[in-house]
Amino acid sequence: MPHAPWLAVRRPLPARRALPLKAVAFLIPVVLWCVVSYVPAVWHPQRLITDAGGSENFSTDQRLDAASFEEEQAKLTAAHQPLMTATKVNPIFLPAPHEVGRALYTAFTTPPARKGSPWLYERIEHSILILFEAFALACVIAVPLGLICGTFDFFSKLIEPFIDFMRYLPAPAFGALMIAIFSLNDQPKIAVIFIGLFFNMLLVTANTTRTLDPALLEAAQTLGASRKRLVFNVVVPGVLPMLYTDLRIALGFGWVYLTIAETIGEMSGITEFINQQGKFRNYPNVFTGIIVLGVLGFITDQFLGYMGTILFPWHSRRKKSTWLKTLTSRITVGRPHSGFESATPHAAVLQAEAVDARA
Amino acid sequence: MPVLELPDYRTQSPAVADRFAKLRERPVVLEATHLGKVFDGANGPIEALHDINFTVRRREFVTVIGASGCGKSTLVRILAGLDHQTSGDLLLDGKPITAPGPDRGMVFQGYTLFPWLTVRQNVMFGLRMKGESKHSAKNDADMWVDIVDLKAFADHYPHQLSGGMKQRVAIARALANQPRVLLMDEPFGALDAQTRSAMQTYLLQIWKNVDVTIVFITHDLDEAILLADRVLVLEPRPGRVAELIEVPVPRPRSAEQMLSPEFLATRRRLDDLIHPKTAVAVERPHVFRMTVVGDDVE
Repeated sequence: MPHAPWLAVRRPLPARRALPLKAVAFLIPVVLWCVVSYVPAVWHPQRLITDAGGSENFSTDQRLDAASFEEEQAKLTAAHQPLMTATKVNPIFLPAPHEVGRALYTAFTTPPARKGSPWLYERIEHSILILFEAFALACVIAVPLGLICGTFDFFSKLIEPFIDFMRYLPAPAFGALMIAIFSLNDQPKIAVIFIGLFFNMLLVTANTTRTLDPALLEAAQTLGASRKRLVFNVVVPGVLPMLYTDLRIALGFGWVYLTIAETIGEMSGITEFINQQGKFRNYPNVFTGIIVLGVLGFITDQFLGYMGTILFPWHSRRKKSTWLKTLTSRITVGRPHSGFESATPHAAVLQAEAVDARA
Repeated sequence: MPVLELPDYRTQSPAVADRFAKLRERPVVLEATHLGKVFDGANGPIEALHDINFTVRRREFVTVIGASGCGKSTLVRILAGLDHQTSGDLLLDGKPITAPGPDRGMVFQGYTLFPWLTVRQNVMFGLRMKGESKHSAKNDADMWVDIVDLKAFADHYPHQLSGGMKQRVAIARALANQPRVLLMDEPFGALDAQTRSAMQTYLLQIWKNVDVTIVFITHDLDEAILLADRVLVLEPRPGRVAELIEVPVPRPRSAEQMLSPEFLATRRRLDDLIHPKTAVAVERPHVFRMTVVGDDVE
């Protein structure tokens, strides 16, 4: 439809229009950043002195805000001293895109300042390893427990109330305790990420398990499924796609806990890099660290999302996760719809009907 | 206004009477005696079913009909073993029903195919639960998929099927277990009129060829008559048997028979039972006249 409006209420745009918009989504912040960095009239509130002239208060390469600069110039004019020259610049914490771009490259190619400290790629490896160990550990314990809680009300009542309390305790608060228990290696960091993920993961898994359409369980029972079979042949495969999405989101939270965990005890990994570079006031490198974290998180999530469509071909794409519901409110634990049937017929259904009619 | 002269719905042609006589000699499969069900409601107990008595004989097709809230679904859930009666007895082949089992297949109104399994795997599910080997379950399943005419879709997932096709798979899945009784809870309720009519024909064909007794819940009067040997009419609040009607329409059935005198007589009787005239008059809402356009030709 060439004349379909761009702004239609609750109507998805065709891919031909959606794709460029997605590209623009990334382009907008970059363009804004360029404008702020390269057009002095937009912001540039500071002056970088290129020649101190007759000033005794300031020296070359010093940054000062515009008002102080003008005040000093006025003083110099009154005292008939040579004036300072300066360029308009942004504050040091906002480097220009090309500086960050260059830093992105050099940060990887520059050997560590001190012998024995890790290269940037080694830091990234270390961070990823800590996150994935903690994530895997949380999954292995929380998911089976959550499934059991979601399946059997007995375990739900026995386990969930305390977990529900535990999840309000902020994970970083356990830092000191974890160092006392595990000493100064990676273990306390893994433990903090684990604590951050585990309790929510268990409750989310239990809630997701409870969203399974009970009619499927009844159907299985009328087909002769035993209790064990109900759990392993209906509950588990039935909630797996939604659970996969939940875990994907949990991994996203994991990156947040990682940056906290890496400051616990001995600083390490990519967070240490960011903090170090911040101390040296090397802000292009700080941006590098932040961007690396963002790209890692984004790429893993996109990859896992793509894998989901391959692993669960029967699952409809637009599936809402129970994360938000779980995090915002646990008061109403209802019986939501199965969600497996979408309101609009699948294109394949229409095709199937056509074939069926011909047959 | 002259109304069509209809015979009494109880008069049966010799052929039909003969059929019912033979039917009564078949062994009893399902037997309900003084069946009752009371739910614990928020405002005290609610009686859903009251003193239900009936028997269903082998390869009989019984439809259960009644206004909404008459306990049709409760009855079928008790038959399936998904709910339990609070009084009375329910026997399948002389043994009490206590839990769901593969001897009572069920087709639900909502689509309950397992979305993670293909059509063939869905039909295999019950067979695998019985402990059949993968190979023999697959062979059996393929046969049933063929019977419901979905051979070309054996490897499709449920979300790729239309509503009618899904229900055909559900029927195949239930029948693959070779149940004594097939329970159907408004299975065609969500389908459009054409598909529904095609599904009724399908079901009668399958029932003709398979040794299975069917208890079929519906709220569609025509569907109830077209399919059934006998129609169990329920009255609401509490759900109780109003009448058990022997349908005088000869078999084999087809949609054309819906205009036959026997069919219409039965239809009228069901109408009287389910929508009593007095109730309609009382409930008719008062409507203001808001137009006179077209009154001159009325």
